[in-house]
Amino acid sequence: MAERKIPAPEPNPETEAFWAACNEGKLMIGKCNDTGKTYWYPRALSPFTLSDNTTTVQASGNGKIYSYSVMRRSPEPYCIAYVTLDEGTTMMTNIVDCDFDSLKIGQAVKLVWKDTEGGKQKIACFTPA
Amino acid sequence: MSIKGKAYIAGIYEHPTRKATDKSLAQLHAEVAKGALDDAGLTVDDVDAYFCAGDAPGLGPLSMADYMGLRNLRHVDSTDVGGSSYVLHVGHAAEAIAAGKCKVALITLAGRPRSEGMATGTAPRNYGSGAPDVQFEFPYGPTVVNMYAMCAMRHMHEYGTTSEQLAWIKVAASHHAQHNPHAMLRNVVTVEDVVNSPMIADPLHRLDCCVISDGGGAIVVVAPEIMNSLKRPKIKILGAGEAPKHQMGGEIDLTYSGARWSGPIAFAEAGVKPSDIKYASIYDSFTITVLMQLEDLGFCEKGQGGKFVADGNLISGTGKLPFNTDGGGLCNNHPANRGGLTKVLEAVRQARGEAHPAVQVKNCDLVLAHGTGGSLGSRHGSATLILERE
Repeated sequence: MAERKIPAPEPNPETEAFWAACNEGKLMIGKCNDTGKTYWYPRALSPFTLSDNTTTVQASGNGKIYSYSVMRRSPEPYCIAYVTLDEGTTMMTNIVDCDFDSLKIGQAVKLVWKDTEGGKQKIACFTPA
Repeated sequence: MSIKGKAYIAGIYEHPTRKATDKSLAQLHAEVAKGALDDAGLTVDDVDAYFCAGDAPGLGPLSMADYMGLRNLRHVDSTDVGGSSYVLHVGHAAEAIAAGKCKVALITLAGRPRSEGMATGTAPRNYGSGAPDVQFEFPYGPTVVNMYAMCAMRHMHEYGTTSEQLAWIKVAASHHAQHNPHAMLRNVVTVEDVVNSPMIADPLHRLDCCVISDGGGAIVVVAPEIMNSLKRPKIKILGAGEAPKHQMGGEIDLTYSGARWSGPIAFAEAGVKPSDIKYASIYDSFTITVLMQLEDLGFCEKGQGGKFVADGNLISGTGKLPFNTDGGGLCNNHPANRGGLTKVLEAVRQARGEAHPAVQVKNCDLVLAHGTGGSLGSRHGSATLILERE
């Protein structure tokens, strides 16, 4: 079955470093130094304290499916999901390279990189571990 | 300052069209405005406040005030929280009236997504690269349906909710819609019809989804002294609550909606409790939307929504909580892909005793309207309104 083409993201000055890291195979997630908590999506100010006392940490790439849905009414069916990373935060993603009908909430998944349209930017997806 | 008893809904109007290929968007807004003012017994020159949201063309209140010739405006509000905007607008209108800023507030909604051939639920929508979330979400193909579907998946996982229970929500809406000559879907459907309809995004089937329609509606909110000069039933605003919910920096919990916060605010202001409500208009973009909001508003315990909606409990005349007796978004209409305004309309009809006789709730003196706007699975607005017939 043909895979859905993933549209390329449009980085901005705040997020260029994040997307550049993706192209090096690193998924960098936000960390709030005030609370010690990781966060998603990446941003300069903490979504917990609005402080700029933040940093980024590289995710291990391991996580679990929090929820998902297979879009059937699409030229190429695809699976959107929220994956909770081992580092604690939950991100939107696609589950790829698998039998969609076998997926379950709570299932362990691991990071895989997919090309986006245009071939210049990689994006984080997940597949059953 | 409370808004309780400080303002009334004097006029309402729902556009009868469901496909408006021969009308412009501004025209639809103006036609519903005229309809609601006529219903109240007021004129365009009485309007001193105007409310609209993102469905209004051009510069919203500026473009529409110009088009409609509203020349006495002293207050405008274009707060846009998606489909919940118009429920929120009623509360904001009551606040402005209570503060003495205006006396006659007009709220309009209109849209023509059906004429425009919009793939409302199944095509990913890009809100523009300026929205901070878009680059981290749009590539993954979030649509209206699959985002709500993820809420349903999680609800089923945590609470054992079933597709058959969700289907009962559509069944109830269809029982009501058969009496509405304007409704898009007037055939009564069964649980089997719903669960056997094509899967759109697991676990939501086609009949778990609302219709796509053109049309619109309007509401006129007035000060008590204006209400007393009019001949229409007095529908008093008792309480209003609003609260957005979002992804909490990645601490995502899809099992509840913003109604968890907006509901208690409205109930506290009104001084009533969920079991007092005789009729409820509940935003029904999808069956799961209704189920989660019913739980969050306190009509049943969290996780018990499936049992609550089953076996016709939402059907007027047989169930304990009659809902969306016009057929709602699931069967009647969903103009501009924003269903909040029409929720208020049917609540007012019920409170007035002007609903269709086959679905009119007896002694319906206390009603609730609730709206959700945006996406239940990422970020959404939530607005609750409680009304009483005086």
